[in-house]
Amino acid sequence: MTDFRIRIAVIDYGMGNLHSVAKGLEHVAPRAEVVITSNPEEIAEADRVVFPGVGAMRDCMAEIRRGGFDVVVQKAITQKPVLAICVGMQALMSHSEENDGVECLDVFPGSVRHFGKSLSEPDGTRLKVPHMGWNQVHQTIDHPMWRGIDQDERFYFVHSYYVDADSSVTAANCHYGVTFSAALAAGNLFAVQFHPEKSHTAGLQLLKNFVNWRGE
Amino acid sequence: MTLAKRIIPCLDVENGRVVKGVKFLDIRDAGDPVEVARRYDAAGADEITFLDITASHEGRDTMVHTVERMASEVFIPLTVGGGVRTLEDIRTLLNAGADKVSINSTAVYDPDFVRAAADRFGSQCIVVAIDAKQVSGDGETPRWEVFTHGGRKVTGLDAVAWAVRMADYGAGEILLTSMDQDGTKSGFDLTLTRAITDSIDIPVIASGGVGNLQHLADGVLKGGADAVLAASIFHFGEYSIREAKEYMASQGIEMRL
Repeated sequence: MTDFRIRIAVIDYGMGNLHSVAKGLEHVAPRAEVVITSNPEEIAEADRVVFPGVGAMRDCMAEIRRGGFDVVVQKAITQKPVLAICVGMQALMSHSEENDGVECLDVFPGSVRHFGKSLSEPDGTRLKVPHMGWNQVHQTIDHPMWRGIDQDERFYFVHSYYVDADSSVTAANCHYGVTFSAALAAGNLFAVQFHPEKSHTAGLQLLKNFVNWRGE
Repeated sequence: MTLAKRIIPCLDVENGRVVKGVKFLDIRDAGDPVEVARRYDAAGADEITFLDITASHEGRDTMVHTVERMASEVFIPLTVGGGVRTLEDIRTLLNAGADKVSINSTAVYDPDFVRAAADRFGSQCIVVAIDAKQVSGDGETPRWEVFTHGGRKVTGLDAVAWAVRMADYGAGEILLTSMDQDGTKSGFDLTLTRAITDSIDIPVIASGGVGNLQHLADGVLKGGADAVLAASIFHFGEYSIREAKEYMASQGIEMRL
């Protein structure tokens, strides 16, 4: 086990519930020290960093920039495994359509787009937005984060905006009216649109993989 | 790849205890919401809803602790409803580990509260619960109105128009309960469910009246619901979550099995 004295920092920039993801990590790595923190030093000293996020993009980006977490996250990526979740993943893109357009961290090239009103499948099936519930995640690359997780396993999603990223950084796709990136990977960074902390056994396996992953 | 329809068991919780009983044969403490939630989680429930029916303020703190305990042990989405009146109430529940908060009467008294809540916390965590009762007579075009306080208080609001308005105000999901069907075990009000699902672009959870597995399937196939909520058929062990999912899948419904 690599989780013996591992320290995991869950970045708290004032947006939403971090309790669940911290509890999920504690559940899969009982000997790890999981801290919910906004202290840059604590984040810098951690062995793993989780970059979560819920809520509206403009508020998220404002809080990220105000607290200097843009710099903190970019630095962490060069040093250790970082897991971005939901809006945390979206914040890593160049730009989001949400709130009439928001410039994001530009770690990954690509945009965050709205599913749109009147979303439907080609056969005419109407699709509700938010995309809420359990959908299949199709892995497009081999990655230590996918260890023990079946191809096309279902994870829990809840979002109205999706990531439109290049296939070169996409680690998994999902389909809901459009095919979008459900996971991104580059170096030490792994990002997921779904909520592993709410995705039962498969989600916990992904969190466990993160604890055991040593990065690039 | 298709989004699965969801099965959501619902627990009524008072002062931190499950009320109306949950009669599993092999559960340590059938009154402990966390124990029951764990059981449903293991059985494959897609989400869990806690409805807090506690009247007292002190009892509400108990609910927050219950949610905290649940979030430490159960890793599927949790919706908490009942007595949510302020943005602070929502913040407290979300911080305790709830994923969604269900707003009922407060939305009726102060519709802008829903807008404020969605702006502050995001639509994804704001569920508006609508208790609807048919007010049209036989032979008339069906019409339903919104009721509060377990169906005792009339609001005069048209249920379909209300759902449209709540979606417009930023609700992320509608929990629709037919007060006519609730407790009857004769199935959802499918006409009502269809009228609402066809009128809005956000997901709808059908509730009220489930007595067998065909009722659950009909909620999706005929009512157009995105999720189905039931209490007694699961609590009293008449059907397991797995049986329900397998049955719905056999009817051609996409499920997480």
